[in-house]
Amino acid sequence: MPSYAIILVIIGYLSLLFAVGIWADRKSKSKWVHNPWVYALSLAVYCSAWTYYGSVGIAATSGVSFLTTYLGPVIALPLWIIIMKRVVLISKQYQVSSIADFISLRYGNNRSIGAIVTVICVVAVLPYIALQLKAVSETFDILSDGVKSTSILTDSTFYIAVLLAVFVALFGTQTSDASRRRSGLVFTVAVESVLKLVFFLIIGIYVIFYLFNGTTDIYNQISALDGFEELATFTNIESSINWYFMIALSFFAIFLLPRQFQVSVVENTSTSHLKKASWVFPLYLLLFNVFVIFIAWAGKLLLSSDLNPDYYTLYIPLQQGHQLLGLMVFLGGLSSVISMVVVSALALSTMISNNLIIPYGFIKLLNKSNPEDNAQRIKNVRRVSIFILIIGAYFFYVNFNIELSLFSIGLIAFVIIAQLAPAFFIGLFWNRGSAIAAKMGILAGSIVTFYTLAIPFLNEVFIDGSTFVSEGPAGIALLKPYQLFGIDFMPPVTHAFFWSMVFNLMFYLIFSVVFKGNYRERNYAELVVNASSYGELEENAFVWRGEAYVAEIKKALVRFLGEKRTARALDIFYRKYELNPQEEKADARLVNFSEKLLTGSIGAASAKLMISSVVKEQPVTLPEVLKILEENKETISANKQLQQQSHDLKRLSDRLKDANLALVEKDRQKDEFLDTVAHELKTPTASIRATSEILADDDDMPKELKQKFLNNIVNDADRLAVLITNILDLEKLSSGRDIMDKKQHLLKDTLVKAVDGIYQLALQKGVHIEIETVENVSLIYDEDRILQVFTNLLSNSLKFVPENTGTIKIQTQQYGDEIVMSFEDNGKGIPQEDMQYIFEKFYQSNNQNIKKPIGSGMGLAISRHIMENHNGTLTVDEEFQNGARFIVALKTGGL
Amino acid sequence: MKKLLIVDDEPNIVMSLEYAFQKQGYNVFIARDGSEALVIMEREIPDLVVLDIMMPQVDGYETIEIIKKNPAFAKAKIIFLSAKSKAADIEKGLSLGADLYFTKPFSVKKLIAAVDNLIRI
Repeated sequence: MPSYAIILVIIGYLSLLFAVGIWADRKSKSKWVHNPWVYALSLAVYCSAWTYYGSVGIAATSGVSFLTTYLGPVIALPLWIIIMKRVVLISKQYQVSSIADFISLRYGNNRSIGAIVTVICVVAVLPYIALQLKAVSETFDILSDGVKSTSILTDSTFYIAVLLAVFVALFGTQTSDASRRRSGLVFTVAVESVLKLVFFLIIGIYVIFYLFNGTTDIYNQISALDGFEELATFTNIESSINWYFMIALSFFAIFLLPRQFQVSVVENTSTSHLKKASWVFPLYLLLFNVFVIFIAWAGKLLLSSDLNPDYYTLYIPLQQGHQLLGLMVFLGGLSSVISMVVVSALALSTMISNNLIIPYGFIKLLNKSNPEDNAQRIKNVRRVSIFILIIGAYFFYVNFNIELSLFSIGLIAFVIIAQLAPAFFIGLFWNRGSAIAAKMGILAGSIVTFYTLAIPFLNEVFIDGSTFVSEGPAGIALLKPYQLFGIDFMPPVTHAFFWSMVFNLMFYLIFSVVFKGNYRERNYAELVVNASSYGELEENAFVWRGEAYVAEIKKALVRFLGEKRTARALDIFYRKYELNPQEEKADARLVNFSEKLLTGSIGAASAKLMISSVVKEQPVTLPEVLKILEENKETISANKQLQQQSHDLKRLSDRLKDANLALVEKDRQKDEFLDTVAHELKTPTASIRATSEILADDDDMPKELKQKFLNNIVNDADRLAVLITNILDLEKLSSGRDIMDKKQHLLKDTLVKAVDGIYQLALQKGVHIEIETVENVSLIYDEDRILQVFTNLLSNSLKFVPENTGTIKIQTQQYGDEIVMSFEDNGKGIPQEDMQYIFEKFYQSNNQNIKKPIGSGMGLAISRHIMENHNGTLTVDEEFQNGARFIVALKTGGL
Repeated sequence: MKKLLIVDDEPNIVMSLEYAFQKQGYNVFIARDGSEALVIMEREIPDLVVLDIMMPQVDGYETIEIIKKNPAFAKAKIIFLSAKSKAADIEKGLSLGADLYFTKPFSVKKLIAAVDNLIRI
């Protein structure tokens, strides 16, 4: 295929990705862009060209060991979720923007740790990026069938590298706050993940089912070749050990590789997305590896043995004359390269700017400038870093023209990155791990790695016939770089990993135990180790003492965030803690809050420097620290127990408080009820007493008046009796002590009895009564009680309908097992504001204590209780306009 | 003749008191609640008001507040006559400017004596 055609395709493909990225950036809030699938797929940035091409290569030469790289993450996932949840929580809270930021945060925002981690990452990842470029370049050459270009100007790889740099710079550095999410970029990565998988699966299916007759066919053919056994099984104990170490190595990589941290932590928008990722990502890796071994075997069978097995995936379709399939494979590889390079470069550039350049020197310059300039400067630092990194990687590739296979360069990068593991993992769970220990561990591990991997490699490349490797430095056999201290059964990478980890861990643990961190560091350690929720990550968890003026801190903030954002952030801060914004002196919470705000823009270490430049911090004395921090395990657990206990106590006292409140409320209601009862009883009593007194003292009262007074006394006495009956009724009904005489009755009979009872009165008032009823409805109930309900409703209506034009309408209907009766009248109705009170005892008593109820005010309360005791309901139709309408419902099925 | 206004929504009590006070030589006016009482007072300023508290519409507390605000009613003495008998109720009634507070049930003789004493015929 001609080079220019391939270049055109590449440009077209990149433009397409650009377009997708821009689209996703605009739609960052839509469910297409913001969802757990995108998050889970973006994690597959893990699968770089190393996976895409290298796995086949290693499968062809060393058999199943390619699987370790993918088994590690799969095995790690349950643990991954637990750890990631915590890391994401802390990172979001403290606006962490990279792995370097995170580790430096854990060790008290230590500037030098951030820098060391950054250097480690750059050293590990730069060759790794070079490797990606190598893959692009070599596959380009294979596809175009051309000769390797010797000049940069005619080397297509150089232009691809530049294009990638532009791509990262465009999507990665839009804001100076590196902890902000980049939706466009992440979405593009997810899309590329899908593409590379689909392309790889297509080629797998093509090889297995088109070129061969299924997997058995390939297996049968390959097993006939010599030396096959070695490729498919573990031959000895050494290679099994090797397996375990490799799995551990890739386990670390999934947490610590800057690009993994970038997609899984920095770009994470919700911890809930972790769940989806926990099965999508392993499934993805599994799918990616399903066909690897078969493609490798097919390559061995079909292709000549002098071809690089790394590129079997590409060679096979080309050899078969399927140019377009070859192009597709190339684009899949390009996709994995782009996503890896883009995300890595972005992560590294953030680290370089926030953990290396700004904290060392640049910060003084920033201090003096205005916010727009600062943001621009930070962005420029990142952009320049991106270009230097990618172009640096290109030159690394060109100059070293890496002899090693894709797979082993990837592994060396893993070993270097793994040096961060003790500081990272142990630091998450052990609060004694200190900054100095982390530094020493990383340095020791790196030196060992350098000695056991890089030196022999450089030695072989640059010095012909050196005995350094075969006999050790100055002939000391114990120091042979590939067989340190006589350990001779491991391949170089495993060997380096083993020894570097031993030294790293040893230094980390020893230094941690011997040198305690300072108070600040231990605060942060405490914070990270005990972080299980946002709540516990509050700013006031800090010990801090010193002097600072709000105005100065504000000035520092404004420099990076601008007036508006600073004002908004401080406003939120003051409201949250209900502090007085006029206060001149800043307290610890404001200092820490400001540091956190700045961390997103300039990294944790720089933020600390920035703030400490305006704050006169006084170290807290040791006794003070002892007071605040838990000193040892016992106090921690005792403290936790105490916390738990005080928490329980608080819950208990809360419950007591609630119960007490409920009792008080009950008491209040009872008092109110008794008050009302007393009032209601006293009124007729007073009337009786006054009237009798007058009657007794007055002999010459006219007989007619005397008779009237005596009648009044009789009426008042009757009223008293009714009142007393009602009160007792209500008490019995509401306490459930009412003994009901439930029998089978015809509903219609009871209704007729009720109407009969008020008929005389209705006739006198000229009120018309209509009854529509269902015949033969027979129910079980206490007839006296139901009669009481009907009578109460009817006499209420009678009281309120107008004379002569008054109408009372009773309707009965059956709905399934429910009998519904409605009592409606054309009276004055119930005022809307009283609707909710009418079923209360003395119903006006609650909302308007003063007004006297008409009647005893207890009829509806009693009626409702009666209905409830019959498993039925009594409700009022609040929508009814032309009067009052009450609904009585009873079940036929039972009570 | 001294004018007496009885404000209560309990017709039987009103009927008894009306008879008893008329017999004592008072010119008795009747109102069923505060708003009626105020309408009557616009016409006839009574020397004394016997005032119930729990009444529909305008209650006794509201009524006395309106009366006390109007200087035209300054000479009118006020006796509360209510079934509300808690110390707090009585205190409230007196603090609003009532001269006396009678709780129901009450002695008619004592009420008459108190009225006589307040506006001395």
